[in-house]
Amino acid sequence: MIEERFDAIVVGAGMAGNAAALTMAKRGMKVLQLERGEYPGSKNVQGAILYADMMEKLIPEFREEAPLERHLVEQRFWIMDDRSHVGMHYRSDDFNEERPNRYTIIRAQFDKWFSSKVREAGATVLCETTVTELARDDRERVVGVRTDRRDGEIHADVVVLAEGVNGLLGTRAGLRARPTPDNVALAVKEMHFLPRETIEARFNLKGDEGVVIEAAGTISRGMTGMGFIYANKECISLGIGCLVADFQRTGQTPYGMLDHFKQHPSVAPLIAGSEVKEYSAHLIPEGGYKAIPQLHGDGWVVVGDAAQLNNAIHREGSNLAMTSGRIAAEAIVQVKSRREPMTATNLSLYKKMLDDSFVIKDLKKYKDLPTLMHTHSQNFFLTYPQLISKAMQNFVRVDGTPKAEKEKATLKSFVRARSWTGLFGDACRFARAWR
Amino acid sequence: MNVEPSMRVEDKLYYNRYLVDVGHPHVKVRAHTTPSPQLLALLKVCPARCYELNDNGQVEITVDGCIECGTCRVIAEPTGDIQWSHPRGGYGVLFKFG
Repeated sequence: MIEERFDAIVVGAGMAGNAAALTMAKRGMKVLQLERGEYPGSKNVQGAILYADMMEKLIPEFREEAPLERHLVEQRFWIMDDRSHVGMHYRSDDFNEERPNRYTIIRAQFDKWFSSKVREAGATVLCETTVTELARDDRERVVGVRTDRRDGEIHADVVVLAEGVNGLLGTRAGLRARPTPDNVALAVKEMHFLPRETIEARFNLKGDEGVVIEAAGTISRGMTGMGFIYANKECISLGIGCLVADFQRTGQTPYGMLDHFKQHPSVAPLIAGSEVKEYSAHLIPEGGYKAIPQLHGDGWVVVGDAAQLNNAIHREGSNLAMTSGRIAAEAIVQVKSRREPMTATNLSLYKKMLDDSFVIKDLKKYKDLPTLMHTHSQNFFLTYPQLISKAMQNFVRVDGTPKAEKEKATLKSFVRARSWTGLFGDACRFARAWR
Repeated sequence: MNVEPSMRVEDKLYYNRYLVDVGHPHVKVRAHTTPSPQLLALLKVCPARCYELNDNGQVEITVDGCIECGTCRVIAEPTGDIQWSHPRGGYGVLFKFG
């Protein structure tokens, strides 16, 4: 048993946990951080893109030290059918700025560095330690944790649950529900290694410039899902994910979908000849605003993926994690500095501060989109991509057909597939959910 | 389209680094005679193909290649078909890239 008492225990050394531990340690709190992996990052999986603004708020000079891959100068969105893609590309030299806005990163490496900063700030970081249970007093207040290290409890005024999407502690203790098949997606990913010059030539890059491709369409076979391709320095992160409920319903396999995606004629040339060095999988919280659990209680707060804080529409998650971790820590520091106890009432400051931030505002804006995407997945991920591809091909192929006839045929194919009412309904539903 | 033969998942797992906790599986399947629909779903949805049917038609798990995503927990823990814990500290999959 660790006899020492801590001001705060942080469970998990991902983005949210590191942000929380760093913020509290910097403010002089006595922090213990527990991580079940061999080293921080060894259990963490992400695409991954790092959003600089939210990182800067934690470590302003991170660009000089952190292991970053490429700063993004180009974003591609692809709507795919089996043989083609219709793309929108945004590339701007503005992104070659002094303090770039977004980077690709490799999470295991980044998290190791991030954790070194947490240690430097004075927190005690204990790896290879799985927290098995929350310790509670006779009034059900959380007073610490139990781990698999040795018998006994470690006590603290407050426990920050940064245990990730599949965190067991909060759910076992009845503080929040277990994720359900329709509010988490399963993504599988491979790391494809290629010489630096090959990546730069294939993606039209120079120096440390980077590109991301987000792809949707028939690659998810009518299920709610997306593929991604991120250019790193000497490797490409490539993956695809779908709602667990959809995998369960269709019996499709995640690796089968990944293979199919890799073999797509628009994707295969990008990774040809590469050497794969890792295969990973991870759940992604997709339930949005409506899936957010109770965020605080007597002696505890929950942050990051464990709290379902992920913006699936904008592909933002790690920045919501680090922001919620930082805000929770700031709230705890405030309560502590007033010398007040870590009660649910006092910790509601965290919820209030989070509500005022972009985290909850963004999730609220899209509160109806997850359900719409799920209930209409056949249309959004199969029918429309096929129609759009046909329409584009019809538009660009020159074959002596008068243009008016071509337009008529395209319109007809849309109406045949979805009917006027269907088309109008989909447009309205989408606009309403987006608003 | 020129399609390369797909690689078996079992072979993909060799890319990864694991520290197997011999004798301490972190996921267990409840004894059963006929598998539930949830258990059967795991045969397809597990990204590491840890779940397989044995000769008696029951679902079995080999946790050695587990990549700890938690998908099986989401599907089959509520019905009591499986018991899910994290591996003991330091054990399990150890991502180099993540």
